[in-house]
Amino acid sequence: MTRRRPRLAVWKFTSCDGCQLSLLDCEDELLTLDRHIDIAYFMEATSRAEPGPYDLSLVEGSISTPEQLEQIVRIRDQSRVVVAIGACATSGGLQALRNFADIDEMTRVVYASPAHIQTLSCSTPISQHIAVDFELQGCPISKTQLLEVLGAFLRGERPVLPTYSVCVECKLQGVLCLSVSQGRTCLGPITQAGCGALCPRYDRGCFGCYGPKELSQPRALGEFVKAQHKVSDRDWVRWLRSYQAGASEFAKESERHEKDR
Amino acid sequence: MKKTAKKTSSKSVGKSAGKSAGKSASKSAAKSAGKSKKARRQAKPVRDRRQAATKVIKVDYLARVEGEGALFLKYQRGKVEEVRLKIFEPPRFFEAFLQGRDFSEAPDITSRICGICPVAYQMSAVHAMENAAGVVVPKGIRQLRRLLYCGEWIESHVLHIYMLHAPDFLGVPDVMTMARQYKDEVERGLRQKKRGNLIVKTLGGREIHPINVKVGGFYSLPPWEELARLREELVQGRDEAWATLRFVKGFEFPDFSREVELVSLVNSQEYPMNEGRIRSSTDLDIAAQEFEAHFEEEHIAYSHALFSKRRGRGSYLVGPMARFSLNYPQLSAVARQGADEVGLAPGCQNPFKSILARAVEVLYAFDEAVRLLDNLERPAGPSVPVEFTQAARGAWATEAPRGLLYHRYEIQADGSINTAQIIPPTSQNQRTIEEDVRELVLAHPELDEDRLRHRCEQAIRNYDPCISCATHFLKIKKEVVA
Repeated sequence: MTRRRPRLAVWKFTSCDGCQLSLLDCEDELLTLDRHIDIAYFMEATSRAEPGPYDLSLVEGSISTPEQLEQIVRIRDQSRVVVAIGACATSGGLQALRNFADIDEMTRVVYASPAHIQTLSCSTPISQHIAVDFELQGCPISKTQLLEVLGAFLRGERPVLPTYSVCVECKLQGVLCLSVSQGRTCLGPITQAGCGALCPRYDRGCFGCYGPKELSQPRALGEFVKAQHKVSDRDWVRWLRSYQAGASEFAKESERHEKDR
Repeated sequence: MKKTAKKTSSKSVGKSAGKSAGKSASKSAAKSAGKSKKARRQAKPVRDRRQAATKVIKVDYLARVEGEGALFLKYQRGKVEEVRLKIFEPPRFFEAFLQGRDFSEAPDITSRICGICPVAYQMSAVHAMENAAGVVVPKGIRQLRRLLYCGEWIESHVLHIYMLHAPDFLGVPDVMTMARQYKDEVERGLRQKKRGNLIVKTLGGREIHPINVKVGGFYSLPPWEELARLREELVQGRDEAWATLRFVKGFEFPDFSREVELVSLVNSQEYPMNEGRIRSSTDLDIAAQEFEAHFEEEHIAYSHALFSKRRGRGSYLVGPMARFSLNYPQLSAVARQGADEVGLAPGCQNPFKSILARAVEVLYAFDEAVRLLDNLERPAGPSVPVEFTQAARGAWATEAPRGLLYHRYEIQADGSINTAQIIPPTSQNQRTIEEDVRELVLAHPELDEDRLRHRCEQAIRNYDPCISCATHFLKIKKEVVA
C-alpha cells in the first residue's frame, strides 16, 4: 500500500476507559485495522504519542475540569474529523449526576481536602464545546458499531447505524415484551438500538445505557409506567438518571418530576 | 459522613523554598523544548503543594484511580528527594452518586469506575450487599461467579501481558509494532484475550460493563449448551497459556528486589477470587469486614486518588505477586507446573517478574474455568431474593486482577444506600510504586536520563496500575541537583 494511512488519535477525558478499550477488544480486527489506519496517538495502547494534525480523533469521556475546556478546543483544531465515543462523550456520562447536585457537597463527601480538587460544576458532552462530526452512543459503545464508524471513515461515508429503539431489536430477536407481558419497567421504547436488546434477552428491563433514540418520548413512557407499573416519581427519576442522565431528553423528563414533587 | 483530617508538618517545606527557582527554570525549559501544554500544566500542582501542609485523612473514598497519571521524581546522586506518583484523572464522585441509590444499583454503577475490570467491582458490590443482608448464595451461583471472574482475570492479564507490558521488554512502543516482529505471539495474545472476553460475554452479556450480574445472583442463567462450547475454547486457551509462559520466560528481568509486605485474600479451599480472609506476609490475618480497622487512606495534594497504608506500618503490595506468594499451595497442579516452567517461586520480590505471575494466573484461570464447568451445579434459579427491612451494614473484599478490592455499604431500611466506601487495588499499591521508583534510582546511578526514565515507567507498569496510564504513564519531570 503506497497511499498514506490516515492518522488516528484516541483521546480520553473524564471516563472509565471502557470505550477506548473497545478498540483493543477488536481482537479479530486490530491487526487489519493497523494496516489501514496509522494509530498516531492512543495513550491506552502506545507510547508513540505523535503530534497532530490527525485525520480522525475518537474522543472518550466528558468535560469536567477547567483544563479540559482548553484541551478539547486544541483537539478540534488538530483534527479533520472528530467522533465522540460513549455516553460520557455524548451526554456527560454517569458523572453528569453532579449536574443535578451541589458539586461542593459532593467533593466534601468524597475527599477530606476538597481544596485540592479542581472540578467544574457540570459534566458535559463534547458537543457542548466543539463541533462534533459524529456521536457514537452507548455505555459502553458496541465494538461492532465502532468498527462501522471506522470503516465508514475509511470509505469516506457516514456510518450507517440504527436510530430506532431497543423495542425494534426485541421484535427482531423474538424477545417477548417485558413491559406488556410481565408489567416490568423497561426503557426500551425511548432508548436507541445497538446493544441487540441485551437486557431484555437476559430477562431484565432496559436501563437506557445507549441513550435516547431519535425523537425519544420519555414523558409518554413516564406516564405509562407510573399508571401501569405503579412506579413512584422517585423511582422514575432514578431510572432516568443513570449512565445517560445528562442526555437532554432524559434530563428534561427527570427534572419535570423533581419539580412536580 | 464522618471524616477526620489530621495535619502533619510537611517534610518538604524547608527544602522546597530554595528549589522554587529551579522549578520555574525547568518549567520554561519544558516550554522551549516544545513540550505539550499538558506536560507544562502538570508542574502547577507541585508548586501548590509546597505551600500546603500534608494532610492525613480518613474519608469516604471516591473510587476513581485508574487513568491519567504522572510521575514526579527529584533526585541527586545517592539521594532521591522526591518521588510522586500523580494521578490527575478527573474526579468522578462515585461515592457521592451512590448515596440515595437503591442497593440493587450498586453493581452496575460501580462497574463504571473501570472499563477494564468491571466484573471485579460487580463482584465486590454484590458480596458486600449480600453480607449486609445476611444472604448466602447457593453453590451453583457461586461457581458461575467464580467462572465469570476467571474470564476477567484472563482478559485483563492478557491485555497487560501482551499489549501493555511486553512492549517494555521488547523495546517497542506498542503491540501493533510488536506484531511486525512477533506476529504469532501477538495473534496468540489476541486469541487468549478473546477467550477471556468470551467467558464474560457468555455469563455477563457483554465484555465491558456486563449486564447480567445482580445482588443475589444473575438476572438469568446462561444457556447450558453454550457452556459446552465455551469449555472447548477454554481447553484450547489452557494449552496456549503454556506458550505465553514460554514467551515471557525469555524476557530479560532487571536484577531488582525489595522487601515489601504482601497482602491478599487467603482461602484454605482455593486460590482466592470471591472470598477469603485478608492475610499478609507478616502477621496480618483478619476478616474482610475488619479492613478499615487495619488500613487507612490519605488524601495527598498532588493526586486525585487516595493513598492507602497499613495502620502503624506503611506501604504494602496487592495483586498477582502477593496472591501468588500467599496462595501458592492453592494453585492447581497445572498452574504450579507453569510456575516451575518460568522459575517463579513464592516469596519472589522482584516486581519486574509480575508479568510471570500474571502468566501463571492466566494458566490457572483457564484451568480453573474448565474445572468449574466440569463440576457445575445448575442452580434452581438465577438468583436468590435479597431485601432490606432494616438498616444494615455490609463489607466485602474480592481479588480484582490488580489485587484486593474492598467495598463497604450502609443501607437504610428502604434499601437505599446511605454511605459507600470503595478501596481499589491501585490506590493500595501507590506507595509501593513510589518506593520502587525511589530504590531503582538509587540502585542505578549509571543509567542515563532516558534509560532511567524508561526503567521507571516500566517499574510503574509492573503494577498494571491502569490501561491508559500504564501504557504511556509518565511525564517524568526530573531535576538533577548538582
